Order: sequence, then C-alpha cells, then structure tokens
Amino acid sequence: AGGIAAPAAAQSAPLEPNTLEEIRSYNNFYEFGTGKGDPAENAGAMQTDPWQVTVDGLVDNPGTYALDDLIGDMTIEDRIYRFRCVEAWSMVVPWNGFELGDLLQKLGPQEGAKFIAFETAVIPEVMPGVRRRVLDFPYVEGLRLDEAMHPLTLMATGLYGEPLANQNGAPLRLVVPWKYGFKSIKSIVRITLTDEMPPTTWNRLNAREYGFYSNVNPNVDHPRWSQASERVIGGGLFSSRQDTLMFNGYPEVAPLYEGMDLSVAY
Amino acid sequence: MIDALNRAARKVPTWAVFVLGLLPIPYLFYRAATGGLGVEPITALEREMGLWTLQLIIAGLCITPLRRFAGVNLIKFRRTLGVLSFVYVVVHLGIWVGLDMSLRWGQMWADILKRPYITIGMVAFVLMIPLAVTSNNLSIRKMGGAAWRKMHKAVYAIALLGAAHFIMVQKVWEAEPLIYLAVILGLLALRARPLQKTSGVRAGG
Repeated sequence: AGGIAAPAAAQSAPLEPNTLEEIRSYNNFYEFGTGKGDPAENAGAMQTDPWQVTVDGLVDNPGTYALDDLIGDMTIEDRIYRFRCVEAWSMVVPWNGFELGDLLQKLGPQEGAKFIAFETAVIPEVMPGVRRRVLDFPYVEGLRLDEAMHPLTLMATGLYGEPLANQNGAPLRLVVPWKYGFKSIKSIVRITLTDEMPPTTWNRLNAREYGFYSNVNPNVDHPRWSQASERVIGGGLFSSRQDTLMFNGYPEVAPLYEGMDLSVAY
Repeated sequence: MIDALNRAARKVPTWAVFVLGLLPIPYLFYRAATGGLGVEPITALEREMGLWTLQLIIAGLCITPLRRFAGVNLIKFRRTLGVLSFVYVVVHLGIWVGLDMSLRWGQMWADILKRPYITIGMVAFVLMIPLAVTSNNLSIRKMGGAAWRKMHKAVYAIALLGAAHFIMVQKVWEAEPLIYLAVILGLLALRARPLQKTSGVRAGG
C-alpha cells in the first residue's frame, strides 16, 4: 500500500500514519464551523446516504448519478499520503480510494476540456458554518486536467478501511497529496469538466494568499504563514517542527509544472 | 451591596489575586500534556495563553469604569491584573518560540518582519515591557504619579494591538475576536465621553 506515494529519495523512514482519532478530531471543514473540533462535533447530522453527484460540462456521460452508480465499479486501493495544510500543520493519512483518472476515463472528458471543477454539498440545516456564511458557499475547487489525471490524484471514500467520517468529507472527497489540504475538496456533489480555469473558494476570498495551484512549496512565501516548516499533528507537547518538502515530498509531479514559475503560479 | 463589595475587596490582598491568577498556567499545561486540549496541544495552549492575556488586559480596563459608573473600587487590583497579563503574554510568546517554532530563530525573525499579525503582536509585547517593569511602588515614586499614569495609558494601544493580532490570525472574519475588539473599544469610549460632559472632574485613566 502507498508504494506509489513514497519515493525513496524524499524520506528516510516509512510514513507513520496518524491515528484514526487524530484524523477524525482535527479538521478544517468550514461548512461545519471554523474551529478545528467543530466538524467532528457538528458533521454527524449530515446524511450521506443516499448521495447524488452531478456530472456536467465537457463530458461524454453527463448526468446526476446515485453515488454507487458513479463509483461502484472503481477499484479501491490503500494509499498512505502526507497531508499538508496551508496553516503549516501536517498529518499522514491512510486513505482508501480510487484514482480520479479512472473515473474520468469512464466519464469521457471531451476534446476541449482543460480543467475539472468540484463543488461541496450545501445543506444549511445541518451546516452551522453555511448559516453563518463564514465563506462564500458552495465550496468550490478545481484542478488542471493533467493534474486530475495524475496517478497520485485520488478520490477517497474511506480511511483505515472504514468509510469516511463526515468531518473527513464523506462520502466522496478529493485527495491531491502534493497540494495544500484546502484543494482536496470534501463531500463532493458536482464534477464539471470545463475549458477555463474554474473559480476556487479560497482564491476568491483572498487571491494574494491562495493561488489556483497551491502546490506545497517551502520556498514560496505565504503572506500569513511561512511554509518552510510544519507542525506534525499527534506529536504531543514537545514535538518539534519538521522541514516542509517540495511538492510535499512527491517530486514525481514536477513535470506537470515544467516551464512554469511557481512563485507566480502559486 | 456596593459598599459590601468594596469592604470585601479591601480585605483581599493583591498577592492572593496574583497567585490565583497564575493557577490557569499549570492547569492548562497539565491539560495540554494529558490530551485535554486535543491532538494539537501546542497550538491550543498558545491560543489559550493569548486569550488569557487579552482577557486580563480587558479586566484591567474595566477597573476605572467600574469605579466611575458603579462605585466599585477595585483600583488596588489594577496593577496586579496588568502584571498577570504580562506573565501570560510571556508564556504565550515562550510557547511560540520554544514549542511551536522549535527555536527556528531565522524563520521567527522573518515572521516578525513579514507577517503583519506577528509584527503587531510583537509590538504589543514590547510595549508591555516598560509597563510591567514599572508596576511597583518604587517606580511610581520615582516617576511621579502623573508621569506614571501617562505612561501606563499605553495599555490602550496595547489592548487594540492585541485585538488586531487576534482578528488577523484568523483566516476569515470570526465573531469572537471582533467581540473582543468591540468590548475594548467600548471600554475606551467610556473613558472619552464623561470627560467632556463633566469638565473639571478628573478621574485617572
């Protein structure tokens, strides 16, 4: 498991996953509140079965699918990935999921499709953060199509062999391990193939702080946090910071950005 | 009622308030070390100490309005609250330096210069140093009461900087830090208005 995620050069020891309790109790999911414990406290009220996902845009097989009709035939793999938040903390998560590329193959992106856009559910009755309008909901994210097709890009349905907890983005979420965590959009209800760069929530809120690409990059300064190092969750009171790795330790994605100035396209 | 309160307050020694005010520090460290503050205890502890700092500053700012508008005289505790807030800000800063940043001096120095919310927090801390150092009877005698009071009005700026620091550390506009700012602005406004209406009556800030 996770072999593809762990280039030997980037690390000296195998990745040690965080505990299920840690992964389920320290979350950013602003629909359920801005505190790290709010999602665990509030997300339980969200119904994830039945769940529908709308697929539209430049795609051969658009439609509104029941979740199982959309992904029931995908091959679920274990992937142990580093997870790096833009707030300069990190975890290691043992995801269960399938490659987004496999789903895209089934959906059939059309000739002109260059980007993929995602949207999170908006259910005000069970989402206090939506009622308080802490962000411009629905939460939207996107990738360039070649990023979406990269074999590291995962659609997760579980972790530690258990279905995703709601606070972790049940029933279906994106995981892009070389990008800051906010790119890995949760509880997806819409997937759109498009020919232009889609809007993304944090970029819309503050373009200076959050770019479209948002690749983990210790050398590109963020106005709010230095990205040179990170706190590893679960180390306790006396754990020390660790250096942040370029592309979060996944250098195999570098060819996607060849010829781009990553300090401009941050 | 007010008289009883004032009589009771006269009997409470300031050192008792000081010692009581220090107790949350070991308690919060204990909770952080034993999992009571969640899976990321360092950030949680840092935040708790920052909140206590701001709350103690606000408590100190309440003393004068309480006396002026409610006749409650807690003035002898004002310096105690100020010194306590300084202790908490030192712990807050110490957690950032030692536990959060793991003594990465280069990165900290860059953050102080480059991140506005850290710059503002550090300015507030530096402004608190002379106030803490002069919070004793000897300093008041040496400086003279008027000069001492004038200098200690710097706490108004410190409170506003502290609230700004709290607001800016959030990624979105949050209600809680805005409430702190509103309370501080309210307490400062209480000082401004009556002076114009009742000219000639001076009550130290």
